[in-house]
Amino acid sequence: MSGAGPGGSVAPGPIGVHTRAAEGDLRARVLTAAEAMGLPLAGIGVSFALFGIFVGIAGANVPDVYYQMYRGAFGSGFSFQNTLVRAAPLMLTALCTAMPAQLGLVIIGGEGALVLGALAATIAAHALDGANAWVVLSSMALAGATVGGGWVALQGALRALRGVNETISSLLLNYIAIGIFKHLVEGPMRDPASLNKPSTRPIGEANALGAIPGTDVHWGLVYGVVACVAAYVLMRRTVFGFAAKVIGGNARAAQVSGLAVPAIVVVTCALAGAAAGVAGMVEVAAVHGTANASLIVGYGYTGILVAFLARQHPLGILPVAVLIGGIGASGGLLQRTEHLPDATVNVLQGILFIVILAGETLRGRFGALAPRAIGVPQSVRAEAKRAA
Amino acid sequence: MLELAPTSRGAPWLRWLALSVFTLFSLSCSKGQEKTAAPVDSASAATVQAQKTFTAGFVYVGPKGDYGYNQAHAQGAAIVAAMPGVKVREEENVPETEDVQKTMESMIELDGASVVFPTSFGYFDPHILKVAQKYPKVTFLHCGGLYQEGKHPANVGSYFGYIDEAQYVAGIVAGMTTKTNKLGFIAAKPIPQVLRNINSFTLGARSVNPKATTSVVFTGDWSLPVKEAEATNSLVDQGVDVLTMHVDSPKVIVETAEKRGVFVSGYHADQAALAPKGYLTGALWNWGKVYSDYVKWIQSGQTYPHLLRGGFKEGFIKMSPYGPAVSEAAKAKADEAKARLTAGTLVIYTGPIKDNDSKVVVPAGTSFTQTDISLEKMNYLVEGVVGKIPS
Repeated sequence: MSGAGPGGSVAPGPIGVHTRAAEGDLRARVLTAAEAMGLPLAGIGVSFALFGIFVGIAGANVPDVYYQMYRGAFGSGFSFQNTLVRAAPLMLTALCTAMPAQLGLVIIGGEGALVLGALAATIAAHALDGANAWVVLSSMALAGATVGGGWVALQGALRALRGVNETISSLLLNYIAIGIFKHLVEGPMRDPASLNKPSTRPIGEANALGAIPGTDVHWGLVYGVVACVAAYVLMRRTVFGFAAKVIGGNARAAQVSGLAVPAIVVVTCALAGAAAGVAGMVEVAAVHGTANASLIVGYGYTGILVAFLARQHPLGILPVAVLIGGIGASGGLLQRTEHLPDATVNVLQGILFIVILAGETLRGRFGALAPRAIGVPQSVRAEAKRAA
Repeated sequence: MLELAPTSRGAPWLRWLALSVFTLFSLSCSKGQEKTAAPVDSASAATVQAQKTFTAGFVYVGPKGDYGYNQAHAQGAAIVAAMPGVKVREEENVPETEDVQKTMESMIELDGASVVFPTSFGYFDPHILKVAQKYPKVTFLHCGGLYQEGKHPANVGSYFGYIDEAQYVAGIVAGMTTKTNKLGFIAAKPIPQVLRNINSFTLGARSVNPKATTSVVFTGDWSLPVKEAEATNSLVDQGVDVLTMHVDSPKVIVETAEKRGVFVSGYHADQAALAPKGYLTGALWNWGKVYSDYVKWIQSGQTYPHLLRGGFKEGFIKMSPYGPAVSEAAKAKADEAKARLTAGTLVIYTGPIKDNDSKVVVPAGTSFTQTDISLEKMNYLVEGVVGKIPS
């Protein structure tokens, strides 16, 4: 990453006037952060208001709907744990889309990496049958990460080396991954005792990934949080991450300035896929205890939604995953108490997605929050406005 | 403050806009919180009440209006809901993941459910087993017949019906109605339950029409509407004129068959409304009987059977009313078979039965009654079935 040096030294603020620059820099950062968080928050507010109109038209008691959603998602210790359990796999699968996004890639292959990661983890557990649980679990995680990572690295390599559109290839490879999974689970790896629900042999009670002490939430949540923080540090705070950002800005320019573009693309995709692969491992080790078709429920696809709502920010994934988990947790209560159909929460998710993405177009439109305006004399701005 | 003033000098009105948006937003938040304060009391009052009324929770793996598997269970739940002193809470589209564990717990914790009916086969292991250990006072009744005495928690039960009896009767109607002697069966997965339905349907058809054959298409999963429609069209193109199925929602198959002008026999729930011309009959669940029995036993503190199975005789299954295309002769034959199955004088798997590779699977002089364990492991297609079990 020899070429990252010169790019890295460019300070974000204006250079020259020292005191003003430092002050402006801080202000710019605060304002950027305020805009970055304010817009999605306002978007969430607007979405819930629109959702209120929707359920009102559907004939429900709107304040009661809000109350039940709060009760189902955050209203008690039980509800909050329910939310966190649902959020855990989404954190890992969202990274599968968010990390390559920094390279300017739209990867939607989290589902495929998850199911193959689950399969690899199961194979590892079977191979190490009888070993110490720590050894088994570590090997399962490693196997899941390797296979999931390899699967998405393949998509990155196809893009970087052969120019294949990564969105299409990752989508299509999902179907292939699910095909491989079903073939093995219903064929060669099938436990003959699983008569009416084809599954692999169980990994054994001793190898189960348990709950975080004092809670009902399995360790997958910790995996998710750690992975998001690690991804944040790597992608936003290191030379490697900066290089990835440069590639995302202009891959050709990055290549000309000496960045090893294909290597960075493949490594980032591998790490992204590894996160989704670990999500598959967690599903096997903490939830199902075996690999079967029940774990193909679209966590990979919901992860895409989470990544986009988090604006591809690794730390942004954490609150968004909790929000989506909370909507899922409250969806059940809405069905049971308000007699609304299950699709109601899908409508809310859809509204959220559209409003928050549409809200992105407002970026920079609020003078009070626009960091660009700093240091630019009013006359210049007025002139620019006239010119426009 | 963060020295907003110099920056916002350009457009003070925007600053006010931003401020007012924020104020509105925070206001609406606090308003929401105020509103939450009041119903808390009514909610706790509701829980107190829930201790007096008996709450039953029903969990479905798909939409409860699917004209199929889930609708059949929801119809059973509706009968329980009509019982005095019983409140029913339902949740649909719950996948066989940790989600179903949380749904069951949520029904217990937030709705005060004292019995839960998780109706999908795949909910049992590990989900029901895990939650049942956590809530020993709640009863968990699962559809699938997987309970094993001594191995599974004492507050768990599992039930299932011999619906292949109904498929046998539907096969008789199909065999009497077909003009091409080609029947079609669209199936999800080649698991024992499904194979048993295909075989019973075929045996029923061939008991009245030895020339009839059943062409089978396996789609690979429980709910794949596009593949199911393709399978329907391709079977009709091959000359099949009576279709039946074992998928979660037969809606698409029934509608497509009607559009193509062929006959169709339903499954799970009644689909007559979807095919007024071509609907012959259907093999239906009668969960209302099973569920109301269970609720009565538990409500009155009686012991209940942990493993409950049954067919026509026990009231677990029923047939759709015959459609307009069914001849009087076919009705007579079908009614007779149904009466004999109910009385126990007709045993479907009575030898000699060969599979479609001419291997004897039930030797002459042997008969497997419904409860026979070897039928639970069925891994063959009988003679007259066109198709192979994919391996």
